[in-house]
Amino acid sequence: MNYKLALSDDILMKIEKPARYIGNEVNAVMKNKEDIDVRFAMCFPDVYEIGMSHLGMQILYDMFNQMEDVWCERVFSPWVDLDKIMREEKITLFALESQDPIKDFDFLGITIQYEMCYTNILQILDLSQIPLFAADRDENCPIVIGGGPCAYNPEPIAEFFDLFYIGEGETQYENLIALYKEYKSAGYSRREFLKHAASLPGIYAPGLYEVKYHEDGTIADFMPTEAGIPSVIRKEMVSDVSNTYYPQKPVVPFIKVTQDRVVLEIQRGCIRGCRFCQAGQLYRPVRERDVDILKQYAVEMLKNTGHEEISLSSLSSSDYTKLPELIDFLIEECGKKKINISLPSLRIDAFSLDVMSKVQDVRKSSLTFAPEAGSQRLRNVINKGLTKEDIIQGSTLAFQGGWTRVKLYFMLGLPTETEEDIRGIAELSNEIAATFFDVVPKEERKNGKVQIVTSTSFFVPKPFTPFQWAGQCTKEEFLEKAYQTKRAIGSQLNQKHIKYNYHEADASVLEGVLARGDRKLSKVLLNVYNKGCFYDAWSEYFHNDIWMQAFEECNLSVDFYSHRERTLDEILPWDFIDCGVTKEFLMREWQKAQQEIVSENCKQKCQGCGAARFNCGICIESR
Amino acid sequence: MKVRVKFRKFGPIRFIGHLDLMRYFQKAIRRAELDIAYTSGFSPHQVMSFAAPLGVGLESNGEYMDIELNSVTTGEDMIKRLNASGVYGIEVTAMKLLPDDAGNAMASVAAAGYTVRFREGREPAFDYVNKVSDFFYKDTIPVIKETKKNTLEIDLKPGIFKFIANDDKSLYMLLDASSSGNIKPSQVMEAFGAEYGETLPDKAYTVTREETYMDISKKGRRRKLVPLDTIGIEIL
Repeated sequence: MNYKLALSDDILMKIEKPARYIGNEVNAVMKNKEDIDVRFAMCFPDVYEIGMSHLGMQILYDMFNQMEDVWCERVFSPWVDLDKIMREEKITLFALESQDPIKDFDFLGITIQYEMCYTNILQILDLSQIPLFAADRDENCPIVIGGGPCAYNPEPIAEFFDLFYIGEGETQYENLIALYKEYKSAGYSRREFLKHAASLPGIYAPGLYEVKYHEDGTIADFMPTEAGIPSVIRKEMVSDVSNTYYPQKPVVPFIKVTQDRVVLEIQRGCIRGCRFCQAGQLYRPVRERDVDILKQYAVEMLKNTGHEEISLSSLSSSDYTKLPELIDFLIEECGKKKINISLPSLRIDAFSLDVMSKVQDVRKSSLTFAPEAGSQRLRNVINKGLTKEDIIQGSTLAFQGGWTRVKLYFMLGLPTETEEDIRGIAELSNEIAATFFDVVPKEERKNGKVQIVTSTSFFVPKPFTPFQWAGQCTKEEFLEKAYQTKRAIGSQLNQKHIKYNYHEADASVLEGVLARGDRKLSKVLLNVYNKGCFYDAWSEYFHNDIWMQAFEECNLSVDFYSHRERTLDEILPWDFIDCGVTKEFLMREWQKAQQEIVSENCKQKCQGCGAARFNCGICIESR
Repeated sequence: MKVRVKFRKFGPIRFIGHLDLMRYFQKAIRRAELDIAYTSGFSPHQVMSFAAPLGVGLESNGEYMDIELNSVTTGEDMIKRLNASGVYGIEVTAMKLLPDDAGNAMASVAAAGYTVRFREGREPAFDYVNKVSDFFYKDTIPVIKETKKNTLEIDLKPGIFKFIANDDKSLYMLLDASSSGNIKPSQVMEAFGAEYGETLPDKAYTVTREETYMDISKKGRRRKLVPLDTIGIEIL
């Protein structure tokens, strides 16, 4: 193993949680540098505890390290305390395993999971002493490649990356690495490599494309600057999720990370098609993993990590066909070993309540519903199938089963929302509280009461959703909606049993800007970064005033990106990416939303979204 | 049955704090598939207790924890399994079965021995190797201790059982580590430096805990220190 550490003892002793930077964890992969052709630094641009909780990174880490001549290592954003020291002492950013400088690697792969980490990408490049702009890099610099959901609209950060990988990582990296080895041994130029790479499926080389704008700032034209470079890039996808990479020996952090448990991904994609949800469109079609393979993984992974908890992961676990069989197996297996089972994203019904009462302490746990909108009308607009009857019936069963705490999640600022819809949030919360008093006789009420926690977030329109054309509310409109919600809840009969939380509006507006932004935004990102902004995903380090100042200095308008409703014929910055679902389908759904018409889910009836051409998953199964 | 586990902590792992070390062992015991006992209730946890928490940055050759096992194989086999599923920098060196009447590890701790090595170029200017015994034989070693509420003067002398220089110019100190009179090596070093007009910050040297001791003397008799697992028997 590795004795050498990149940071001196003096530094490690004065920073918070030095264990973030020392590597050497159980299952971390060490290799002999002499046997390695390609060194890949895999980065999650946030703090260690967040990055280490991300399943995708563990999958790719395992996949790369199965390649004999590749050594994949990890790197995360140094926390602000170490960041300061590294700048003062000019220490270059290093990978955890070898503790070697990132700038000496062949690749720096960055997974981009949320927009508010964009400034951390600049931090990573800067601390690594890699030029921030791809155009300024030469043959000695690592190839900087981005992936993850935000790569589906890479334009705001396009100038900082050499390549983007669009879609699921399991399919094309082997080819990309092979191409790179060829390039390295033949001594091709960097540009030649990028050109070759751009012809691989799913690979986008932003430097080989040019954008022209209309006078009003919208896009006039987007096209490759050289012959042979594809004008449309289709996402990559694993068609058989049972026979593919899955990390059976994930790295076990020393410090407690957010996801301190075995994560079992039971399926990819979602049949539901909620109109605000980006993941629901990007990962179509839904593909289930074989239940026997999952059982085997669960046992192996628990044994290899020693974790005391296992969690199922998917966009909607209740839709997994073999869920009862899998859960029965886990209850049996985990009971023997005193392992906890955590079951997020379950629809509340008799089955799930029965399961939950077996795996958790009913008195201490709470139930979660995500109606997302307060009225049935608005739920139809967003295509959220959950009805009030479902919620009341689920609550009734739960209260009979001993639960007393209910969490409700809503969004404010959805397209077509009215004051009546907002009042619906308060009324639904009230009705659930009332249900408790109806259902549970006085003498059986533990602590005498029920607790409803109602939370609202602000709606952020995302690319590749039917709402990608929608205008986003301004900060003032958002806050007014939050106050309306608060007032409405305050006027309910059971208001003292309802606690109301709402998010900050600034960050939601900015997230909206970055999500649907274009290449012009790279100026803003550089500007705020140079003013000292990073860790924007952490509210204590998010400075909206600096961002607003940067937009002004760059002569760009926040409202242009967020508040403006797009026309259907506008060229959107991400139109050159083919995510599987067609633009025609998204337009159809956008129109149905405005007519308050619900679409059936993939199991009920095919909506012709376009994902069927991948010829896998639900699209080829009998319904 | 109660088993006392002795282990070393060294290398990069010295930057893992005490609570994370506990988490490490909970997971290591699962990976090694030892038959550990759990508390009852809705959130059962492993029956495990540590002797003396080690500060972040310190290495040790003599750490101890007690665990409750439902069944055992042999000490050798269990040590092998724990180390095979462990990391570089944590090495289990002994596992012994404790008698039923053994006190818990933490309450048993009476003293600990430490080696202090100066980092290259950070040795004190005074002739510290020869001054060690002068310092040790002083009648009192008063230091100011800052507590949350106020500062008070305490005497380190009764808690320093031994303080010598080794041939390689490192220092060895045997200090009171009991819950009532625990002294840290850095407190001794600070007082030692101050005596000769120097400040010795803790980054000037490294500290290795060599052994943790319990006192097996009869009440009122002279102190008799033995390693914490002396009272255990080999599991064959």
